[in-house]
Amino acid sequence: MADPVTAKLRKTPLNAVHRALGAKMVDFGGWEMPVEYPSTGGLVAEHKAVRGGVGVFDVSHMGDIRIHARRTSGAALEAVQYITMNDAARLAIGQAQYSAMLYPEGTFVDDVIVHRLGEDDFLLVINAGTREKDINWVRESTKDFDCSVVDLSDSYTQLAIQGPRAVDVVQRLTNANLNKLGNYWFTHGSVCGLENKLIARTGYTGEDGFEIYVPSDPKTSEEVWTKVMYAGREFGIIPCGLGARNTLRLEARLSLYGHEISQSINVWEAGLDRFCKMEKGDFVGRAALESAKAAGLTRTLVGLEMVDRGIARDGYRCCKEGGDVVGVITSGSPSPTLGRNIALAFIPLEMAALGAIVYVDIRGQKSKARVVPTPFYKRARTPAAQTQS
Amino acid sequence: MVYPTTYRYTKDHEWIDVKGDSGTIGLTDYAQCQMGDIVFVELPAVGAILEAEKPLGTVESVKTVNEIYAPVSGEVIEVNGELKDAPEKVNSDPHGQGWLVKVRLKDSAEIAALMDAPAYEAHLSASGKEDSH
Repeated sequence: MADPVTAKLRKTPLNAVHRALGAKMVDFGGWEMPVEYPSTGGLVAEHKAVRGGVGVFDVSHMGDIRIHARRTSGAALEAVQYITMNDAARLAIGQAQYSAMLYPEGTFVDDVIVHRLGEDDFLLVINAGTREKDINWVRESTKDFDCSVVDLSDSYTQLAIQGPRAVDVVQRLTNANLNKLGNYWFTHGSVCGLENKLIARTGYTGEDGFEIYVPSDPKTSEEVWTKVMYAGREFGIIPCGLGARNTLRLEARLSLYGHEISQSINVWEAGLDRFCKMEKGDFVGRAALESAKAAGLTRTLVGLEMVDRGIARDGYRCCKEGGDVVGVITSGSPSPTLGRNIALAFIPLEMAALGAIVYVDIRGQKSKARVVPTPFYKRARTPAAQTQS
Repeated sequence: MVYPTTYRYTKDHEWIDVKGDSGTIGLTDYAQCQMGDIVFVELPAVGAILEAEKPLGTVESVKTVNEIYAPVSGEVIEVNGELKDAPEKVNSDPHGQGWLVKVRLKDSAEIAALMDAPAYEAHLSASGKEDSH
């Protein structure tokens, strides 16, 4: 059973709301967060609400770093280009991209969503568990650029409203025209009567959805939460916890820091090539990635589906039929959408062909799994949604 | 949910319903609430020998793997085969159809060391767990 919350943990402004809803609270990277809400159905119901309707997540634990130019025009763009692997110059104002900050070794400090707020003004949304590390790293890595780095992490209550009906819910709360907002674009508009708030068509579920950023005082936060729940009533909105967030992102093969990406995993191994723009110019980690590519990959991240009974869990060993350990499960779970047991794993390149059989050591028992294509789940794209760059 | 007064309970949230020289073992309502949606149950085979307080099997929810401990020592004489295809019965009827195994008791004196229902409920309250549902 999950350990009950005991240590001194940080809380989001909506902590009291989660407790009042009877959420099961857990320690997530030093934060006391809801893992599921048993009173409204629990993890599987939450997962299905997001796939088929709409759900809302409190993601206020995420960090936010603003980087903007001081006097030198272009300094913020240059800084962001230097500390992230995707090409921020390709972003229009109002557009966002998935990216990552790397160590000089080409491994991960963290993955980030880079939002271009202005010509020379960016907002990086980072993970909760790596907040302090990220902020220190950004400050250190950008000190030669004429830009300011502002930690806005405690300024926002961030809600993720996710699912095919998310657009209907959020449209009721804003004057911005959401039909004109493509996937991975954002705008500023009214949110629940608050003017000029950030509304982004982003998320971590593999589904259409929005993330809204409102002031972090508890009163405003609770009012916005209540209005979101009210607006979502007719669409069956329910609060969703970190448990469903994990199964949703796993089905969509989205990386989780400490699992598919970390300080000991490089970009090629993680399979995030398409978000890494080697031709854009120099950036931290680039040289090491160049060498790593020349040296060739030894392991790669693959999707697995269990053939035998049993669930491959994070950290379980992958092995050959004879028992030789060859790899490790990074994330594994039953898939509520597919009704099968799925996992992501690092295994040697030569064992990674689609259809290949790998064995997973499930508490001493070698259980058969098959390499399958990822993502495990892909939503049908709506015409309004655009592909992210 | 009411904890049956004829059952005995462990601090690890198993129950045992003793009838004569055998007992039926299951998970308490509190345990299934904590685990959430149960998707997989792994039980010993008939004939397996259990030792009190040692693992007897695992119950997995979407999120967690939970080891189940034997409340008493004894030999497994029946397993709940229905859980193979319907593990969710542990959620829906933890004190009834969601039972796990039946054992022939090795030493009925072990039962005396277990909690009765009021003591178990007090155990839940003392650890601040009565409001966790």
